[in-house]
Amino acid sequence: MKEFSNRYIFIFSLAMVVIVATILSLAATLLQPRQARNLELEKKKSILESINVQADFSNADELYSKYITESFVLDYKGNIKEGEDAFNVELRNEQRKPLEQQSLPVFIAIPESGERITIIPLEGKGLWGPIYGYISLKPDMNTVYGVTFDHKGETPGLGAEINTPWFEKQFIGKQIFEEGKFVSIKVVKASSKKAEGGGADATSGSTHGVDAISGGTITSKGLEAMLYDCLVKYEDYLRKNAK
Amino acid sequence: MSATEKEPLFSAKNIKLLTGPLGKNNPITVQVLGICSALAVTVKLKPALVMALSVTVVVAVSNVVISALRSHIPDRIRIIVQLVVIATLVIIVDQLLKAYAFDVSKQLSIFVGLIITNCIIMGRLEAFALSNKPWQSFLDGVGNGAGYGIILIVVAFFRELLGSGSIMGYPVIQKLGLYSAGYENNGMMILPPMALILVGLIIWFQRSRDKSLIEKK
Repeated sequence: MKEFSNRYIFIFSLAMVVIVATILSLAATLLQPRQARNLELEKKKSILESINVQADFSNADELYSKYITESFVLDYKGNIKEGEDAFNVELRNEQRKPLEQQSLPVFIAIPESGERITIIPLEGKGLWGPIYGYISLKPDMNTVYGVTFDHKGETPGLGAEINTPWFEKQFIGKQIFEEGKFVSIKVVKASSKKAEGGGADATSGSTHGVDAISGGTITSKGLEAMLYDCLVKYEDYLRKNAK
Repeated sequence: MSATEKEPLFSAKNIKLLTGPLGKNNPITVQVLGICSALAVTVKLKPALVMALSVTVVVAVSNVVISALRSHIPDRIRIIVQLVVIATLVIIVDQLLKAYAFDVSKQLSIFVGLIITNCIIMGRLEAFALSNKPWQSFLDGVGNGAGYGIILIVVAFFRELLGSGSIMGYPVIQKLGLYSAGYENNGMMILPPMALILVGLIIWFQRSRDKSLIEKK
């Protein structure tokens, strides 16, 4: 190896950094439209999954426009905010704002059964990073029609199980209100007789509880908190519009 | 110098650079490098294929770049330079996957980014590219990437077939009607320890065929 002067080393590093930065920003800029399009399709796919419609990238657009009939944004009192596109609301950014300023997106779907289904987006914290999903409610605004969850980096085999069908199917038919009181859905151990804190019976056979994931306690708790925190903001709207 | 320049592109020596890592000098089964990702991405065949391809591209291209620059890279910062080159390539691969193979990139998630820390790549740069010409380095990179990839694919093939009953997502076992005959998927195959056991079996098999790999006592 040759000996290099300090000046050479500095110039070498500087040039290297500039070249690498140029290449990377070029790649990011050129690929950005395609990546954004993929994220859009992914979002449409998730929304469709929450009403139990399986889509893939080739037909997500088509099925989305077929089933999703309306979308709008609410404020925390349940009034419609004009001039905002529900699809483009970033829930994570909204959650950082004070409650009065938050935009709450709602999607309305009419699946084959002809019922008017309300879809509400969810976002919360798992163990390693964000978890998110959609929950859809039947016209009584109480019974769950379907859910879909996903996560950024939960542990495979443990927390990552939240996006598997066996976990998601459990939510169908559960109820989020009990005798007019908002209780959300509890994620509990199948054998435990009482939900944490609530005291109500919440075993997985009941109307408000689903079976948690063994080994995924923090993800399960995060999911429970996500359901409560996101749905409680819609409480007024759900009460007003229940049929 | 002129003698080496006249060397044909695929001389016996160069071919050996390509084939050595596939067998006698395999990065996973002989050098036991890159095990961590071999456990993580081999549950299904498709992510394993994409991972194998990504690693091959990264190790081959970074080998060429480092080899081309080898007389200009100051010795004192060579590790940093190597890391920057690898990281750049990995980010580009990650971006490309996100744009053109979104579902696979979701399955691979952090493991694409972790190619940066794959010991095989740094190892080849240090051990080979810094002291050899670009073409040889390229062959060495492709060989090592393929050697890594082939093990990944073999492991993934068995894990997907026995654990999920499918090959590339195609439900083979179901089509053969074995489920109705009482066959069940082996859940153990999906868990990481089984990848380690499979790699161990491959090492055992390879050593029983090639006695020269067995260490002398």
